[in-house]
Amino acid sequence: MSDITRDDVAHLARLARLAVSDAELDVFSGQIDAIVDTVSKVGEIPDDVPPTAQVVPQTNVLRPDETEPSLPRDVALAGAPAAEEGRFRVPRILGEEL
Amino acid sequence: MTATVESAPYTVEEVCEHFDPVMGLEVHVELNTATKMFCGCANRFGAEPNTNVCPVCLGLPGSLPRVNGTAVESAIKIGLALNCQVRERSGFARKNYFYPDMPKNFQISQYEDPIVFDGHLDVPLDDGSTWRVEIERAHMEEDTGKSLHIGGATGRIHGADHSLLDYNRSGVPLIEIVTKPIIGAGVRAPEVARAYVTALRDVLRGLGVSDVRMDQGSMRCDANVSLMPKGTSTFGTRTETKNVNSLRSVERAVRYEMGRHAGVLLSGGSIRQETRHFDEQSGTTSPGRPKETFADYRFFPEPDLPPLEPSRDWVETLRAGLPERPWERRARIQTEWGLSDEELRDLVNADALDLVADTVDAGAPPESARSWWVSYLTQQANAAGVTLPELAITPAQVARVVALVAEGTLTNKLARQVVDGVLAGEGEPDDVVAGRGLAVVSDESALTAAVDEALAAQPDIAEKIRAGKTKAAGAIVGAVMKATRGQADAARVQELVLERCR
Repeated sequence: MSDITRDDVAHLARLARLAVSDAELDVFSGQIDAIVDTVSKVGEIPDDVPPTAQVVPQTNVLRPDETEPSLPRDVALAGAPAAEEGRFRVPRILGEEL
Repeated sequence: MTATVESAPYTVEEVCEHFDPVMGLEVHVELNTATKMFCGCANRFGAEPNTNVCPVCLGLPGSLPRVNGTAVESAIKIGLALNCQVRERSGFARKNYFYPDMPKNFQISQYEDPIVFDGHLDVPLDDGSTWRVEIERAHMEEDTGKSLHIGGATGRIHGADHSLLDYNRSGVPLIEIVTKPIIGAGVRAPEVARAYVTALRDVLRGLGVSDVRMDQGSMRCDANVSLMPKGTSTFGTRTETKNVNSLRSVERAVRYEMGRHAGVLLSGGSIRQETRHFDEQSGTTSPGRPKETFADYRFFPEPDLPPLEPSRDWVETLRAGLPERPWERRARIQTEWGLSDEELRDLVNADALDLVADTVDAGAPPESARSWWVSYLTQQANAAGVTLPELAITPAQVARVVALVAEGTLTNKLARQVVDGVLAGEGEPDDVVAGRGLAVVSDESALTAAVDEALAAQPDIAEKIRAGKTKAAGAIVGAVMKATRGQADAARVQELVLERCR
């Protein structure tokens, strides 16, 4: 049984840079709790089964170190909400550094 | 914003009366592969913003990373050079954090199973002794994009109104090399830190896997420092100082943090675990961005990249190809060339050792090769405002000039003009000799004619010489040298003058 608190959700929201209201904290903590409970079924697997992150039995898939064409800059910037001087423009990063 | 200048109230000696310093050094090295870590975009410093980007390194939905084989090879070579073990099975992991320099919102790195681990580097110190630095691990990851903060006075984030992102560097192969805690260095801790980063730089340069330019950010050091009270063995709270961009700064940053920690601790305060920013100008540190704690990165295995299982054959082939360690090579060269410690140090400091060695390999005697690089070529480099390796002349060309002097085609003075010609882009030394007509005049009849002409022009001097005042010959020699534009062998001219006046 997991126990996701409102504080946990507030912390996760901060890491994800999401604004979450007090009411939402209650809703999400319940929902995330249920999700974590479901995922924790993985814990029932016996310890001698190695963790699996890959289901395709491949190793050493390597690419030769040869350049391939990059995107034209205007194409690269086309999807950006704002661009300036050939760069992606993003809002000020708040409260990250003093 | 200028960094708040805090004085470090304690010298290293004073700190070590009360505490033992503990250091952990993390060095990030950008590999000099042709392409990025996970895509085929060019890995090139100084390109126009956002011209080496593609869906993979921009983190666009649906794009999939593909591992650069050469980058893996470089990582293994680095591990072997640092006496590490190569992991039989290693994989990539996602390190999650939100920051615009990483457009995917995660960085592909390695977590529990770095490609190489458990090594050491025997680091030469200034007094000739050696300090063994234990290596915890080295792992592969990708570099971040570059942010430009607009509106702030100093380019740092505080006060900025918005930021501009260039993702050319996003995805550049990066190797992070992490030491185990360095304990017991005492007052030598700052020196050990500098010596380690220096030795590491030399090893990496020798491997040819990175440009290792700290000034351009292709090698960056983060210095973790903590103090533990003397006689105890529990580490104190550490700080991690970033932005340490030169070898000298590594030493200064460690010294400053040791003094600052001691000041805080001895006045009854406690050290806050934080990232600090080194200011090159003042040599001080100031608090930086509050870091996510380790758990907040929520590392998990990268599902898009299959694991690596470097074969034993591959690893042994790479091990067999490792170059001699730079300081071992230096010791060998010092013996072979008969150099004093000071002469060797001058060569190393001037970045001339490889150039001289290559010149010797191209056939020049060590003494001549060294003399050209440390004197005339150094002057030319200084005058042009470039480093010796940037000078537009190759060791092979210098060796050819040395050979032309040895065979008597050029005097030293003419040889310098030939070098000037090569530097000016007039071609190979032989082209310059031909093009500028610089070969020594060794045609005896032409020289004799020039001597006779000079004697005829100055009959009074000729008379003195005939009367036995051989010192007067100097004036005639000078005239002949002038007439031949310095291309005659002055000693031979002197002999001819005396012969003709006999």
